[in-house]
Amino acid sequence: MIFMKTRYTLLALTLLSFLSLFVGVSELSVPDLFRLTPEQKEILVISRLPRLTSILIAGASISICGLIMQQLTRNKFVSPTTAGTFDSARLGVLISLLVFTSASPLVKIGVAFIFALLGTFLFMQILERIQFKDTIFIPLVGLMFGNIISSISTFFALKYDLVQNMSSWLHGDFSMIMEGRFEMLYLSIPLLALAFFYANQFTLAGMGEDFAKNLGLNYTQVVNIGLAIVAMITASVVLTVGMIPFLGLIVPNIVTYYYGDHLKKSLVQTAIFGAGFVLICDIIGRVIIFPYEISISLTMGVIGSGIFIYLLMRRRRSYAI
Amino acid sequence: MVNVMNVWKHYGTKPVVDDVSISIPKGKITTFIGPNGAGKSTLLSMISRLITKDDGEVRIENQEIGHWKTEELSKKISILKQSNHIHLRLTVRELISFGRFPYSRGRLTEEDEDKIEQALEFVALQDMQDKYLDQLSGGQRQRAYIAMVIAQDTEYVLLDEPLNNLDMNHSVQVMKTLSRLVRELGKTVVLVVHDINFASCYSDYIVAMKEGRIVEEGSTEKMIEPEVLNSIYDMDIDIHTINNQKICVYFQ
Repeated sequence: MIFMKTRYTLLALTLLSFLSLFVGVSELSVPDLFRLTPEQKEILVISRLPRLTSILIAGASISICGLIMQQLTRNKFVSPTTAGTFDSARLGVLISLLVFTSASPLVKIGVAFIFALLGTFLFMQILERIQFKDTIFIPLVGLMFGNIISSISTFFALKYDLVQNMSSWLHGDFSMIMEGRFEMLYLSIPLLALAFFYANQFTLAGMGEDFAKNLGLNYTQVVNIGLAIVAMITASVVLTVGMIPFLGLIVPNIVTYYYGDHLKKSLVQTAIFGAGFVLICDIIGRVIIFPYEISISLTMGVIGSGIFIYLLMRRRRSYAI
Repeated sequence: MVNVMNVWKHYGTKPVVDDVSISIPKGKITTFIGPNGAGKSTLLSMISRLITKDDGEVRIENQEIGHWKTEELSKKISILKQSNHIHLRLTVRELISFGRFPYSRGRLTEEDEDKIEQALEFVALQDMQDKYLDQLSGGQRQRAYIAMVIAQDTEYVLLDEPLNNLDMNHSVQVMKTLSRLVRELGKTVVLVVHDINFASCYSDYIVAMKEGRIVEEGSTEKMIEPEVLNSIYDMDIDIHTINNQKICVYFQ
């Protein structure tokens, strides 16, 4: 039985996290830990630990975003990547740079949040109007929608000479993470706590509007809270790490396959698996062309899209449409 | 008491529920019958505030549903819709636990656990409680949904076509469960049923609707009569009494 207890998955993640500290160009091995030179200590504090922290937070929170979105839209293929959330957040960052030339991080994240929220709502509106409710059709519409928004961003970026700036949020990349550059990610932690608090309500909303109303749930309010959490987390990840494609789609799908859809059971596992998955992809990216690196969006893009296609095929087989 | 007074619902310009008034008797099974598109489901949805009414009043215990707090109302009246397609992979027990949501908002107390246990027992699904809903047969799934409503422990239980897609055996199981809900737990059950013979064998009170209006209502004895049924369905229906039950024959 593949059903794994939380404490084992957590233990595996801890081990993996520990190992990841010793992968990199600068020499640092496990025995070194007990007699760190000042340089090694610096590497650890300024680069390796922040990198690990940001991987864990970003991995866990984007996966949970996907899980929440999938419950609220009742579609297994909706995620920040396939609903235009990431692209909208990116457009928001660009606009904030254009309008407020020297935007503070808080302004940037605020504008990115608003755009991510609006973009996701717009996608939800499109979802409601689509007559042809094929499970697979919807994420494809979302991808197209995201690309349209993305092309708007590119247009403005070209016009105002911000293309280089833009690409740093296009490609998720942990190699630039250093002390002082990722702390905005901590914003996700209280939001994740909020997600845990609302776990029951999200599941109930996922049972459908009629069910939710029958049980006295304020359906619209709960959906809005869920989408706001998703938008805020996405905005903070886009600004610090960049886009991590497919993460929010595949991790929840794999986890709920084994643990069921009750968020109370699947939230913790989704967080652990999400963090672990990003960590593994990051380690692969760090060693595969050592001493150079492949960015996370590339490794995740290749591995993730492969799994995405597999999930689509499996769905086709098991739910004859 | 549920009182419906001059309720209207339009889709576009066409009225689907047309000035309907009715009182639903307490502690009985009331069945809505009538041809497709008669407005039965719409009426049930309005009584349970799932959809808004365009005009008129629905009073539960003499208070307009609009004035009820939605959490309080969900301890008073529950509804199961015909298309209860839950896409989520939930176990039977998880589903039934959600029936306690109005009381505990998800943090189950000991009393909640007891009610869940009783509900499981009532529909005889104890052995299945850890199975996922998609692993159950249609009848078992329907019983699981009914158990959720039992755990919700409301005085009024509304069911919109609970026999949809069930075979004969499962339909009988579901109807027997509903009838026990009334006799043993003192609930008021209101349902929409298409099979006239199920309506005849299990209801205390029948309401017939046609083109958005109530055409006839009364005790089962009074309603299962050739003239009455003819006015509802526009066809000749023979009625035979078999084992003290009025059975309608309309197949030819």
